[in-house]
Amino acid sequence: MVEHRPIVTFVSHLVLIFGVAIIAFPIWITFVASTHEAARMVQIPLPLLPGDQFFKNLELTLFKGLEGAGAPPVGFMMVNSLVMALMIAVGKIAISLISAFAIVYFKFPFRMGFFWMIFITLMLPVEVRILPTFEVVANLGMLNTYWGLSIPLIASATATFMFRQVFLTIPDELLEAARIDGAGPMRFFVDILIPLSRTNIAALFVILFIYGWNQYLWPLLVTTDQSMYTVVMGIKQMLEAAEQSPDWHQIMMTSLLAMLPPVFVVVFMQRLFVRGLTETEK
Amino acid sequence: MLKRVHFGPSWLPFALVAPQIIITVVFFIWPASQALYQSLLVEDPFGLKTEFVWFDNFIELFGDEHYLGAFQRTIFFSFSVAFLSMTFALTLAAMADRVIKGATTYRTFLIWPYAVAPVVSGALWVFMFDPTLGIFTYTLGALGYEWNHKLNGGEAMFLVIIASAWKQVAYNFLFFLAAMQSIPKSLIEAAAIDGAGPTRRFFSIILPLISPTTFFLMVINVVFAFFETFGIVHAVTAGGPAKATEILVYKVFNDGFIGLDLGGSAAQSVILMLIVISLTVIQFRYVEKRVEY
Repeated sequence: MVEHRPIVTFVSHLVLIFGVAIIAFPIWITFVASTHEAARMVQIPLPLLPGDQFFKNLELTLFKGLEGAGAPPVGFMMVNSLVMALMIAVGKIAISLISAFAIVYFKFPFRMGFFWMIFITLMLPVEVRILPTFEVVANLGMLNTYWGLSIPLIASATATFMFRQVFLTIPDELLEAARIDGAGPMRFFVDILIPLSRTNIAALFVILFIYGWNQYLWPLLVTTDQSMYTVVMGIKQMLEAAEQSPDWHQIMMTSLLAMLPPVFVVVFMQRLFVRGLTETEK
Repeated sequence: MLKRVHFGPSWLPFALVAPQIIITVVFFIWPASQALYQSLLVEDPFGLKTEFVWFDNFIELFGDEHYLGAFQRTIFFSFSVAFLSMTFALTLAAMADRVIKGATTYRTFLIWPYAVAPVVSGALWVFMFDPTLGIFTYTLGALGYEWNHKLNGGEAMFLVIIASAWKQVAYNFLFFLAAMQSIPKSLIEAAAIDGAGPTRRFFSIILPLISPTTFFLMVINVVFAFFETFGIVHAVTAGGPAKATEILVYKVFNDGFIGLDLGGSAAQSVILMLIVISLTVIQFRYVEKRVEY
């Protein structure tokens, strides 16, 4: 602090607390809604303080799901989301690591051509090419599979760029030393490059896990079978059912469960998260 | 690009880039070129006959008032989201930059909406503004305003903007705070000695110095609002009422999957690709010229 101005500091804290309150209010309301029974959630005005039905709702939502919404139990959908998010995060990191390794450490024909092919993916988000991509996945028979859910989202220029950047900062002497010791390319990659980029891998994992978990449009298109639904798309089904019978206590419990894993990751791995965000610039 | 010390040619690098290249070709380049090709075709509703029509689909799009309407709405929507979330985040970041004690605690409480999926964010806001049950609907009703975003297009637009901006505040806050904390303290102290108060310092020193970040965030927010808000619109309004919240990404989906107008949808995809490409180019050109203190 530059100067001592108690009033300005006090006002700053006040504004910040007010800001936090605005940001947190929707989550508070969600939590409150998930702790009341169905009957209470149709009386106006809705409660602002939590009730005592939290665990009952939790059990109901996790294991039975919302009846009549045409969605499986939420616990089941969360497993699907988890598998998809992990496949996307691990897959992206793995293929980006090896392709960045090839591009930085090898001299081979079409090296720059490959680099530009990867670069192009940066410019084509799923949303702008959904229909043809859907056709490809359908023709490959990958609808309603974990492969169909994750592989089309795995190629990523951002991750390749980040690893390329990391590898470029690694001193040349390390490779020379490794060579003198008789290490081949793969030995060098596994024993030196990967350990050196450990923190970057972890930071990227945090970002990609959130990205994968929160996918919505793509799962919505490639899954028609209830057993493949993810929790994020399950919410939409429930909202549609809410037009007839507003079971808000269960919908809000599902929302709470759907945001829990990514929020948990952000809060408890905050340093890695911030690092991952600023390094990839998304 | 290439390391000075590197490995010579062999089959290994090809094997290493192969997974990524195969996925890129199969799921990115091929579909994108398909979109490009389809945008030049017209198919009858039963898929029996296709005709090559050159740029007719594009000409038709730009003569279509629904499409132009969606374009205007998307621009209005993106800039509203960017403006709202950036102003809010900037104010909070300026405050958090001032208070040394507790800045990290505030950060923890402010960043986590980033992790909330767009469609979940939509669900939360649609619940609070539910026309019969919502808590805000009730409050507004008590104040004498009747809220129903299912009938009123302006209110529906307002709701999707709020739900999107709420989610983006976290990201903007993080980058604004990092930018402010990287300004050398000596500059601020010098200004203070010259008699500039906190407000004056904010507008005359901090704001100009973080302008690269502001510009970067502007692009990122517009990209977010253009392409990543599908979930919010789908959950909150499904484009309605009467197309009042139908933004471009939603229209591509709607025309392609619901309306089955393949040529028209592909032409829209191509236009969106051009928008992404130009935004990416702007972003990259700027990133290279980044101001370092």
